[in-house]
Amino acid sequence: MRRSSYVFAGLGALTLLLAVELYYPVFARPHRDGRLLEERRLVARLGLTDPALFTEARYTRNPSLADLNTPFQDHPGSFDHFPSGTFVPPPATPGKGWLLFQPEAAK
Amino acid sequence: MTPFLRRQRALADFTLAALARRKGKNIALIAVYSVVVFVLASAMFFAASLRFETTTVLEGAPEITVQKITLGRQDLIEGSVADEIAAIRGLTEAHPRLWGYYYDRINGANYTVMVPDDPEMMPDPGQIAIGEGIPRARGLEWAGAPVFLSRYEGDLKKFDVARTFSRDSALMTSDLMLMNEADFRDFFDIPEGRYTDVVARVRNPNEVATIVQKGSNALPQMRFVTRADIARTYQKLFDWREGLLTALAFAGILAFVIFAAEKASGLSAEEAREIGILKAVGWNTRDVIAMKMWEGGLISLAAFLIGTVAGFAHVFFFGAPLFAPILKGWAVIYPDFPLSPHVDGLQLLTLALLTTLPYIAATVVPIWRTASADPDAVMR
Repeated sequence: MRRSSYVFAGLGALTLLLAVELYYPVFARPHRDGRLLEERRLVARLGLTDPALFTEARYTRNPSLADLNTPFQDHPGSFDHFPSGTFVPPPATPGKGWLLFQPEAAK
Repeated sequence: MTPFLRRQRALADFTLAALARRKGKNIALIAVYSVVVFVLASAMFFAASLRFETTTVLEGAPEITVQKITLGRQDLIEGSVADEIAAIRGLTEAHPRLWGYYYDRINGANYTVMVPDDPEMMPDPGQIAIGEGIPRARGLEWAGAPVFLSRYEGDLKKFDVARTFSRDSALMTSDLMLMNEADFRDFFDIPEGRYTDVVARVRNPNEVATIVQKGSNALPQMRFVTRADIARTYQKLFDWREGLLTALAFAGILAFVIFAAEKASGLSAEEAREIGILKAVGWNTRDVIAMKMWEGGLISLAAFLIGTVAGFAHVFFFGAPLFAPILKGWAVIYPDFPLSPHVDGLQLLTLALLTTLPYIAATVVPIWRTASADPDAVMR
């Protein structure tokens, strides 16, 4: 056998493996969708707003409901205490505008 | 086989023989390359799966949540506010909720304690329903073991576990503790008529913005969080997290780029001599480049396939054990949840192109320069 036959066979086997893996989500879809539907129903019944990925602080457990000042929750200018603060970006503050005043005469 | 295919096959054979002559170096190259693809693919699959599950499940989140803000912090809200909110036109209902956090002095974990709105979900007095993470964090091995909660030294309150949420919903319920309203008020000392926040349902989802506008005008001290806000928060969070993982992998990628560029462009004297000989025995520039294309193609395809296959298995079959320590942070409870298999085809294609094309280019470009030179000059 030629050398390339082995290599092509190996690459073919890997491609087949990848194809099987990519088919797996399709195969697992009914189960997954059933599970997610159940979970979604539970979320709706309980009114949950956030996944329980980081449970150590208010602003990492419920980032969507946390106060807007959460990165400085203990005193202004304090450093983030928890490593998860690295993963949970600070909330988007709405205020980016300027409040401008004009002298009376310029109006 | 057509002459074209036969020619390509022969070129592949020749390339493999050339690669086999520097076996150690090339195996190391494929190994490092595969690891780089593996890390990127794992991060991609992991984030895509989390994003998919979160966005799907949070479609059930409350449409509008109203919080009272005092001194920049969320404060307890009066139950009567719910009636004021319910009076806003376009809302079908608004009801106050009780929920909060409980820091477990025994193991240092935080639980999310909640009084369910749904009477069916409401545990009986003295009972609680808990997520799968709580018995795990507490080391409650046997079913039916009661949970003892302590607020301060010397205080111990017993709750019977009426229900444990399964691992299937662990992403949302891992640290959850459902409690009866009377128990909740008694345990946390919340006066009657005060609540954590108010959730509202709207008749027409398109009117949410108008309703929030009206609500903010009527109740300026309240903060309104809509489902779209929640979705935006998570969109941002996952982009950020994926970016962070990519940033972590970036150092590795950079090292690989240097390695590959050195290997590919810093053409060794031996390789240059080889090309010179090939040209001297009658190969033309096109043949040499075709051979090098085969080299780059075979190496990067092999690395892409190995890395992606292993990354997929790592995330979906083994539950991404390599990422867990990074994501767990300081939390005592981390959900043990099944990652929902979900693959984004476009992302996979991007990964394939981003990992294979630059390498092939890095191999071919310097060769093209050498191959187009005079063989005599190259060999000398």
